[in-house]
This record gives sequence, structure tokens and C-alpha cells, in this order.
Amino acid sequence: MSHLSEEELIAYQDGEAKGRAEVAAHLEECPECREARARIEAVFAALDAMPVPDPGADYERQVWQQLEPKLPEKTLHWWQGLLGPRRLVVVGAMAAMILAAYFTGIWVGKKNNSRTDMAGAEKVRERVLVVAVGEHLGKSEMVLVELANTEPRKSEGLINISSEQKRAEALVEENRLYRQTALQEGDRAIASTLDELERVLLDIANSPNEVTPAQFESLQKRIEAKGILFKVRVVNQDLREREKNQKPSPAQGNSETQERNKA
Amino acid sequence: MREDVETAGLETSDAVAVARTLRGERDAYRVLVERHSRNVFRMAYRMTGNRHDAEEVVQEAFLRAYQKLKQFAGQANFGTWVYRIAANYAIDRIRTRNLEQSRRQMSSGSKGDRLDIDPMANAKDTAPSPERLAASAQLAKKMNEALDALSPAERTAIVMRHWDGCAIEEIAAVLKSNTNATKNTVFRAVAKLRKALQPHAGGISAARAMGSES
Repeated sequence: MSHLSEEELIAYQDGEAKGRAEVAAHLEECPECREARARIEAVFAALDAMPVPDPGADYERQVWQQLEPKLPEKTLHWWQGLLGPRRLVVVGAMAAMILAAYFTGIWVGKKNNSRTDMAGAEKVRERVLVVAVGEHLGKSEMVLVELANTEPRKSEGLINISSEQKRAEALVEENRLYRQTALQEGDRAIASTLDELERVLLDIANSPNEVTPAQFESLQKRIEAKGILFKVRVVNQDLREREKNQKPSPAQGNSETQERNKA
Repeated sequence: MREDVETAGLETSDAVAVARTLRGERDAYRVLVERHSRNVFRMAYRMTGNRHDAEEVVQEAFLRAYQKLKQFAGQANFGTWVYRIAANYAIDRIRTRNLEQSRRQMSSGSKGDRLDIDPMANAKDTAPSPERLAASAQLAKKMNEALDALSPAERTAIVMRHWDGCAIEEIAAVLKSNTNATKNTVFRAVAKLRKALQPHAGGISAARAMGSES
């Protein structure tokens, strides 16, 4: 047998099955072809050694942030967008927040028109947000805990997660609203946790209604890997502290406290 | 096997996200972007050889995928599909970049036009001795030069075949070619790299050691 061609050697190195036994037998006998093969092997080794820089732990989020403004809106009528089942919840939540802030403003305005009370109204609005975000985080935590604590049996058939999925869907919309508000308020810590939470909620919302135990475990791992449950708890605790600190002093009177509590 | 199950789980989940995106839920697309952008970046970096271009490829690939999502219609898994879009765009980008470089070289009167006269085709095995090369770092530089000197099709073929383990048929689909011609493209790419690196035997053994470590 004459020497192997470079093509044959590359194909052999590349795992080509055709004529493999013959090539292997020839390589056993022929030192020149073995040397030629070693040179090709070295090229593959050199390729393997080529590094790719790590784009950073936050890369995926950066890609989305740059991409999102470029994406054209799908052609939905405005009312379709507003009346979708998920959006109704958010529209309701927004309306409740606006009304709460509005009535609080009127109430504070009636009491006193001074600048100090304008600041008071601002504080109340902030408190409305703190309470609302706290509730939202509590609801999100429940969904995450339920998923994290479910132990699928290997023998079990498909696991239905449609309930968690629906709740996650509704929470995604709320989450976006609170994240944007937190950003506007300059509260980066909350905005960042809400952003991470949104990614996890989206992952859950976009899972199939029914999953196999292995798929379920994979979802649990993805949630666990982000450590989101811990972060949500920390932020929620922080919000509770803030809520406590924002509570009016006893000197402010009962009627005021009641009104703020209503808000 | 375990990985297969997880991949299958992600594929099903991807299909749900695609369906939702098509229904107008833009947030569902975020899931797809976050799941696949890192993999696309790795390929794009190997194709273009620099981070700036790779990031550009990632953005454009996901934008094009979003615009063409209706055409996707579950024909393959989303990850493979967006990978192909990115590979095609990377080829266009390399071609444009090479053309610009060659125009610049022409206008500045430079003789060595990388595109028109393939330096690898003329590479001789008589370049500097291995002793003059400082092992792997130097070799990486040489490898980058050799990769840059490949045609866009050859570079695509080597990236997809060697690094990403794609089947010849998949590469052929991206290159809009048949399987035999694609196999030849892979051979040509490896042969050119081999010729370009041949003088750097010392570096190659260092790279081999590094390769076996990684």
C-alpha cells in the first residue's frame, strides 16, 4: 500500500468511519504516515488550546438589554394588549397603586398644604411601593418554594406545573412594573433582584404545562443555580425593615395611621 | 444520557417560548436569548476572532431570528436554528471585513493581499526554526493568523466541525453546499492550518500538552 494521502489522514483524525481499519493497519506499519498523522493531530490540539474569552457572568442579561429596544413590536391592537388575561392583573394593580397614591395625596393636601406635607405624601407613595413590592416578593417566594420543595418520584409520570406556571406568568408582568419603578426611584438593589427574579419567573412561565421528573429536576436546578430564593428573602426582609421605619410615630394620631394603613 | 434528557427538556421549553413570542409576548423571547446567547457568542468569537465582532454577531443573530420566527415553525430546535443564523451572519461579516482590509491594502499600495493571494497556499515549510518561537503563546498568535487567512467558508467549516462537533450535513446547510464539497472544505482548512503551523513544531508540542490539559 502506498502512503496515505493528507485527506485520508484528516478524515481518519476527524473520525471518518469509512476505511478506518485499513488506515489504522497502515499506520501501524508505516512510520512516515504516523509522523504525518502526528502533524495533523497537532493542528487539532493547537485548535483545542485556542482560548475564548469569558464574556462575563452577566453576559446574557446584557445581550437582552441591548437587544430589547431593537425588537419590533408584534402587531397587536392596543386593546388586545390591555385585555389579555395577564395584563388585566397588572392594569388592576397599577390602577390600585395610582388610586392609593392619589387619595393619599388628597388626604395629605387637605390636612396641610405646606412643603413638609408634600414630602409626607412622597413618603406615603414610597410606602405604597414598599408594601406592594413586599407582597409581590412574598407571592413569588411561595411559587419558588413550592417548586423547590416538590420531590418528583422517578416512577411518577408527567408532573403538572400549570398552576405555578400561571402564577409565574401573572407575576412576571407585576415584576416588570415594580422593576421599572424601582429603577426610576434609583433603588438599584431592588431593581437588580427584581430583574433576576423576572428571568426565573420567565423560565417557569415558559415551561411546558406538564414536565417529566427529569425536566422538573432540571428546572429546579436552574432556579437553585441562580440563588434567587435567598436573594428574594433578603430583599423582602429589607423591605419589612423599611416598612417598620416608615411607620408614623404615635404622636401623629390614630386617624392618620389608619389612613396610611389603608393606603 | 442525563444531558440528553435535560436538552430535551430545554427544547420543549424553547418551543413553548417560541409559541408565546409569536403570540406577541416579547418577554418570552428573553428566555431564548438568555439560554442560547453564550453558545452563539463562543462560536461567533471563533469565527470572527475578536470580541467586538462576536458581540455584533450575537445581537444581529437574535434580531434576525426574532424577525423570522414565523419561518422557524419548529423545524429544528431553536438553539441550532439561531446558531445557523449567527454562522451565516458571521460569514457575511468576515467577507465584508476582508474586503475592507483588502481595499485598504490596495489603496496603501501594500503587496500582500490576504484575500486574493492566499498566503497559506504559498506557505513553505522552511520558515523560522522552532527555537525562535516561544512555545504556546507564539503558536496561538500563529494560529490566529492562520485562521484569519482561511476563507470564510473554511473558517466556518473548521469552527463548526472541530469546536462545535457539527455534522457535515449541518455545515453544508450553512455553507449552502453539498456534503462532498463541505468535506473538502474541512480538509482544505485543516491542510492550510497544518502548513501554516508546520514550522512551529516546538509550539505545537506545547499546544498538544495544553490541549490534553483542557
